[in-house]
Amino acid sequence: MCTVCGCSEGEVRIDGHDHHHDYGQGAAHAHAPGLSQSRMVQIEQDILGKNNEYADTNRRWFVEHGILALNLVSSPGSGKTTLLTRTIEDLKSELALAVIEGDQQTAHDAERIRATGVRALQINTGKGCHLDGHMVGHALESLVPADDSVLFIENVGNLVCPAAFDLGEAHKVAILSVTEGEDKPLKYPDMFHAADLMILNKVDLLPYLQFDVAQCIDYARRVNPAIDVVQLSATSGEGMASWYRWIRAARQTVTEGRLPCV
Amino acid sequence: MHEMSLCEGVLQVLQQSAEKEGFRRVKTVWLEIGALAGIEVEALRFSFDVVMKGSLAEGALLEIIDLPGQAWCMPCAQQVTIGQRFDACPRCGSYQLQVTGGDEMRIKELEVA
Repeated sequence: MCTVCGCSEGEVRIDGHDHHHDYGQGAAHAHAPGLSQSRMVQIEQDILGKNNEYADTNRRWFVEHGILALNLVSSPGSGKTTLLTRTIEDLKSELALAVIEGDQQTAHDAERIRATGVRALQINTGKGCHLDGHMVGHALESLVPADDSVLFIENVGNLVCPAAFDLGEAHKVAILSVTEGEDKPLKYPDMFHAADLMILNKVDLLPYLQFDVAQCIDYARRVNPAIDVVQLSATSGEGMASWYRWIRAARQTVTEGRLPCV
Repeated sequence: MHEMSLCEGVLQVLQQSAEKEGFRRVKTVWLEIGALAGIEVEALRFSFDVVMKGSLAEGALLEIIDLPGQAWCMPCAQQVTIGQRFDACPRCGSYQLQVTGGDEMRIKELEVA
């Protein structure tokens, strides 16, 4: 990771963001006479402090612009992109929308989103397993979502690492498809603890599966008693109305909490 | 492998405090890691050595201070210790727990030269 602003060297690619830093000779290389003996230095700093600063900056920007930012997290293959394209098709006449896509490689997902006519920006994390606050900050500079819009941030498909990295979003939304195990909330508790909403996707397949919905919800509430749950199928469309109601309610909270711009 | 990113975050903090405090070498790093922080300590140790290579903390010792997972049990109305986020209350068996501590990942102090 670059020490000037936290960029990973040569790995992360953000559409429209060319990154160059001047590397000066920092004071870390300076010779400080008389300080050669061992001593203790109290630090008391959060390891994720730097990321949290970037995330706070993003969050302030979202609030000032009345933007509802949702961080969509799941395993690979849970149907995030299909859910997103369906959501966009259904809501684009009602709301201003924009998308940030995170994947290790390829711009396939951003292309799928752009095919709906909504603006999307791809971040490739290279070796990285998650998006961080800094990458999203740069993505916002290029994407510039409209005021009062809804911004969907589709994180890298991974139920572990994205849990720890705040992007400045209003809510994390964990998507779990019923073709996965119902015990995933217990296997990946950090993610379901960090999420405010769990979407159970692909429920149209339930007749063919042994997935116990009630058990899954019970497991999710063990790690997060306050988590909301929506059951839907992005393919058949059932349950999508509840998801849209949840988005509208979350948006209302953002609009009401909006700070006066000065 | 987000332990790698975390170690890069640690290195950033070390470099910044080296500038501020005027030291050139880091000999020991003490990290406080909560039981619920989602950090694999072995992976953290491995990444630490790799990330610190060639830096002011090359070869530095990594000391981990374990902090327990803590939660407020609503039915018991008291503080309990848990090992995992999905643990039930050790007193009453309820899952109505609000995690109150144990997700720390903090750089506590350094021994520097």
